Amino acid sequence: MNVIDVHGLVKRFGDKTVVDHVTMTVAEGEIVGFLGPNGSGKTTTIRIMCGLLTPDEGEGTVLGFNIRTDSLRIKREVGYMTQKFSFYEDLTIGENLEFVARLYRLKPVSEHVARTLEELGLTSRRDQLAGTLSGGWKQRLALAACIMHKPKLLLLDEPTAGVDPKARREFWDEIHRLASGGLTVLVSTHYMDEAERCHRIGYISYGKMLASGTVEEVVRNAGLTTFVLQGPRLDRVADALQGSPGVDQVAPFGATLHVVGSDKKKLEAALADVEKEHKGVTVNPGETSLEDVFIQFMSGSKDNMAKDSKG
Amino acid sequence: MNAVFSFARLGALLIKEFIQMRRDRITFAMMLGVPLMQLVLFGFAINSDPKSLPTALVAMSNDQYTRAMVSALQMTGYYRFDYVAQSEAEAEALMAKGAVSFVVTIPADFAQRVERGDSPQILIEADATDPSAASGAISTLSKVASQALLRAQGMQAAAAENAKEQLQVIVHQRYNPEGISQYNIVPGLLGVILQMTMVMMTAMALTRETERGTMENLLAMPSSPAEIMLGKVLPFLVVGAVQVAVVLVAAKLLFGIPFVGSLTLLLSSVLVFVLSLVLLGYTISTMARSQMQAMQLTFFFFLPSLLLSGFMFPYRGMPGWAQVLGEIFPLTHFLRITRAVMLKGADFNAVAAEIGWLLVFVAVFAGTALLRFRRTLD
Ligand SMILES: Nc1ncnc2c1ncn2[C@@H]1O[C@H](COP(=O)(O)OP(=O)(O)O)[C@@H](O)[C@H]1O
Ligand SMILES: [Mg+2]
Repeated sequence: MNVIDVHGLVKRFGDKTVVDHVTMTVAEGEIVGFLGPNGSGKTTTIRIMCGLLTPDEGEGTVLGFNIRTDSLRIKREVGYMTQKFSFYEDLTIGENLEFVARLYRLKPVSEHVARTLEELGLTSRRDQLAGTLSGGWKQRLALAACIMHKPKLLLLDEPTAGVDPKARREFWDEIHRLASGGLTVLVSTHYMDEAERCHRIGYISYGKMLASGTVEEVVRNAGLTTFVLQGPRLDRVADALQGSPGVDQVAPFGATLHVVGSDKKKLEAALADVEKEHKGVTVNPGETSLEDVFIQFMSGSKDNMAKDSKG
Repeated sequence: MNAVFSFARLGALLIKEFIQMRRDRITFAMMLGVPLMQLVLFGFAINSDPKSLPTALVAMSNDQYTRAMVSALQMTGYYRFDYVAQSEAEAEALMAKGAVSFVVTIPADFAQRVERGDSPQILIEADATDPSAASGAISTLSKVASQALLRAQGMQAAAAENAKEQLQVIVHQRYNPEGISQYNIVPGLLGVILQMTMVMMTAMALTRETERGTMENLLAMPSSPAEIMLGKVLPFLVVGAVQVAVVLVAAKLLFGIPFVGSLTLLLSSVLVFVLSLVLLGYTISTMARSQMQAMQLTFFFFLPSLLLSGFMFPYRGMPGWAQVLGEIFPLTHFLRITRAVMLKGADFNAVAAEIGWLLVFVAVFAGTALLRFRRTLD
């Protein structure tokens, strides 16, 4: 049985379709990354899954419970970490955890709170107001509060936004540890490196699910060809290539230049004379990265929007 | 385990609310500061029992009884005879332009009537646009006048006896038929203070959660609308209780307001009243999207209720449509209850109908709040 199994979800705000026929399945123990630019509908989709929003169309189950009719049961067994810190800033860390423990009727409260504080390494700071914590600590507190009641599914909405790399690394280690214990995780993110740490990913843009699968599958299905250029004065090469037929992206990567296109033949034609025209520049086939794919998606969906607004 | 209502969850919400309240200085300020400030502000108005009020005398004759009466009135300290008017019309004009607060008219046949034992009359017209100013002067009147008459008559014992029984002091309160007395205000103030702080604090408490984003988290955790509502409402009942204690004690200590009725009856009606206010505040917070809106909605409700409840203007002095409109405010009914219980010593039967009204408000507001509460973020 899939932990998340939703299909055809549609959510409109006014005449704006924010979630447009989204279908998603997540199996038990999986870590699934949910990617997409700002405003693409990630938060809205996650809210629908935990019963905070009612979809205008579409059906589905979460942990076997109907998302339309059983939201109370879903709430009991899901841990949802909101995008914005939404615990009480005027309560201390300890009081926030006690509040959550009581709401989920965990007994004894003090034991649960003490253990959670211990695991967090926050025991010495339990009397500090939550509002005075730094971003990274707030995020750890929120995660701890979400998993205190031992949920079967974690929904994390951009949990690492604004958190430093070391804290992010630790956060992901924690997620993997939880998943190996059988917990299922759906996590939305902006970061490519985080996407690569997921078992599977889904990419959403303007409410539409454009791609899903493992990172390799998503990259392969995008059908992009990438060439890596090396040599002196690559900036001039970049200027020359920008806008040529078959060249969709020209992006510097360190000392190299990545040139990406969806039509392999046209791209090869565009690059055919580069080595002759620019002394010392070499052109080699390269690996298409997830980032290349996402950039391609983003420019593609902008075109979609342009067409929409014309039609 | 999966009950829709759980006392443990309600307990969690209550504890959280009390901690937040304790840390929020604004709540404390509103809880204690607003009642005390209002009491003191209104209290000065109540307390100033003005003396030496300008008075015009219309005396039709100059006999010993008339003179005795005038000097007796002067002796009270309330009346200062600045004008001796030659006619009713002249005195009337003086009052209309505000030159005098009282017009005392002693008719020409006053002495005759005293001697004949034929119910003598004096007429006192009071400018009651500022009724609290006039009330002290009026309340001492009847006794003073009778005593003065007795003294003036001295040896004529038989006539004096008659006069004592028959002297009629006719008081006309001009411009304001009901004439709110000073004691009328403090019981009313109790209602007004409660209404202002209770409705506003509750209305803001829930919108604050929406505004800060904590509502999303609260809704994502297992708590039912009824638990969330009670978790907000009950703490404010406690705040209300503190305010009631502050106002009643201050009323007693600062202003010596008499309290003749049953305290239990008063407190039970206060409880019902506060419950209706808190639920109203909660209903407002289910409609408002921000604390600012909540505040505006509260005032939208607050001002007309102040005007139409009988606190500012005497209820019976209002036109019929305004009286009907006034009935839809809990404050109107609460004012009747407190005034009846505190000042007149009314028993339960006398105020049962008004308490019934308050209970209707409680039911209506609770129902509306629960119906309007958004279980989702839609
Ligand atoms: N309650 C709402 N009312 C109206 N529009 C909304 C509401 N919530 C979200 N939106 C809009 O829906 C779009 C998708 O938002 P969201 O799901 O938060 O995207 P993401 O989480 O991917 O950044 C945005 O354009 C946002 O402005
Ligand atoms: Mg979002």
